[in-house]
Amino acid sequence: MSDWKEEVEEVVFPGKICVPYTWTVGSTMSKWYVLMRDEGQIWANRCPSCGKVYIPPKAKCLECYRDVNDWVRLPGTGTVETFTVVHYEEPSMHPKKPPFAYGIIRMDGADTGFVHLIDEIEPEKIKVGMRVEAVMSEERSGNILDIKYFRPID
Amino acid sequence: MEKVAIIGVAQTKYEQNKKGNFAELVYEVTSKALEDAGITVKEVDNVVSVSSDFWDGRTISSMAISDASGAYGKDITTVEGDGTFGALYGMMRILSGHFGVTIVVAHHKGTESNMNGITNTAFDPLVERKLGLDAVSSAAMQARRYMSRYGIVEEQLALVSVKNHGNAKRNPLALLPMDITVEDVMNSPMIASPLKKLDCSPVTDGACALILAAEREAKKYTTNKKRVWMMGVGHCTDAFRLGDRDLSDTRALKKAASKAYQMAGIEPGDVDVAEVYDAFTYMELMWLEGMGFCEDGMGAEYLERGKFNFDGEIPVNPSGGRLSANPVQVAGLASMAECVLQLRGEAGERQVEGAQIALAHGINGMCGQSHCVWILGK
Repeated sequence: MSDWKEEVEEVVFPGKICVPYTWTVGSTMSKWYVLMRDEGQIWANRCPSCGKVYIPPKAKCLECYRDVNDWVRLPGTGTVETFTVVHYEEPSMHPKKPPFAYGIIRMDGADTGFVHLIDEIEPEKIKVGMRVEAVMSEERSGNILDIKYFRPID
Repeated sequence: MEKVAIIGVAQTKYEQNKKGNFAELVYEVTSKALEDAGITVKEVDNVVSVSSDFWDGRTISSMAISDASGAYGKDITTVEGDGTFGALYGMMRILSGHFGVTIVVAHHKGTESNMNGITNTAFDPLVERKLGLDAVSSAAMQARRYMSRYGIVEEQLALVSVKNHGNAKRNPLALLPMDITVEDVMNSPMIASPLKKLDCSPVTDGACALILAAEREAKKYTTNKKRVWMMGVGHCTDAFRLGDRDLSDTRALKKAASKAYQMAGIEPGDVDVAEVYDAFTYMELMWLEGMGFCEDGMGAEYLERGKFNFDGEIPVNPSGGRLSANPVQVAGLASMAECVLQLRGEAGERQVEGAQIALAHGINGMCGQSHCVWILGK
């Protein structure tokens, strides 16, 4: 019989795994981040075959599987396609305290959505279709947060 | 092509902070599924485990449960993803002609870890991961995109939660059977707008196992009553980056579903019962549309008319769905096990009368990047 299982005190071990990594960014994304870091500019790349413009840039076109080598500079403005206001806390993961907003922004001059933070607006006032612009960080180190966030254009 | 049957199924009760370690959960469902099929582990020569190293907190997580899954002295291979894909791999190995009776087993103890932290690591470390995105915040953006494209309101999503938690009252294995109203969902705490607590599935622990066999062996070991045929399957993957997709679009699912219908030789209208991946309320509606149960954007309206209720034209998630218990990797396999019980007429209080054809569905990746659709039948 297995009656003893009902009564056993289950022991629990707490644990944590911390493993450092160094991820190689690759030539396409490195070019993008260096332009962002050193010039404060937002670039995309365009498929030579179908003309689709990607941000973040892609090594090969999703549709054509052709190398994407044409680079285009974007004005940094766009339209909010969707968004969410986050109300839960994950201090080790979130770049800010809740409530804060993520959006997918359809960048002017690009054909893909771009996921980022939306700020300088009360979260409840964010709307789908709202026009926004990128705000660059003053100190840039070559990662996605070199764009500080997107803010509404008056 | 040779026919493959599911000849045994077993599930644990789905709970939070569930007793028993990973192996004990796997022992439980493997033993029960073998018993259900009326065979012993000696008849098995192929084991497919479904687990995730990040969720388990150990690498090559299948190795640690190889004894428990009956793979000692045999062959074990692993799918890191949803259980529906594990079943697909199991079937493919049988059809290769190299393997016989197969165990597909999935385990998950989400409450031992941190779901947001783990799903954050599914995002590209070179881009979105640093923004802190996870399964919930990305789903919330998909929900809003879907709602704004089709003019769906939050109260309509809430109705999915009301239906599925209500269905769970007939399922003794479910974690959250509840009598709730649309107001209860609307008044539950906001998690990531527009998703509130009762729009989201609970992190859940549990395990599930299926026993698969080719026709000849299925007929050797089991009676007709126990056999459920894998009539059709389809799978398809969309772009990885959220921005490279229109999140309101279900084109990967449309392709997966149409492949599954075609292989089974049926139409969506032939399906008697469906277990659909409803980790969030809006997903059930989007996926039902993608599977062709109604036109795009019309899921909520048909739900309001009762089409997907337990007593409706196509009962959807009579088990209570993932909204009532979401043991992540196990979820799709549990959907398949539920469909098997429905087709055998063994689903107890949640039995859909006269079910002959069932659809089970699972997803991999954020916002339904990848879909697997199964058509099962008597």
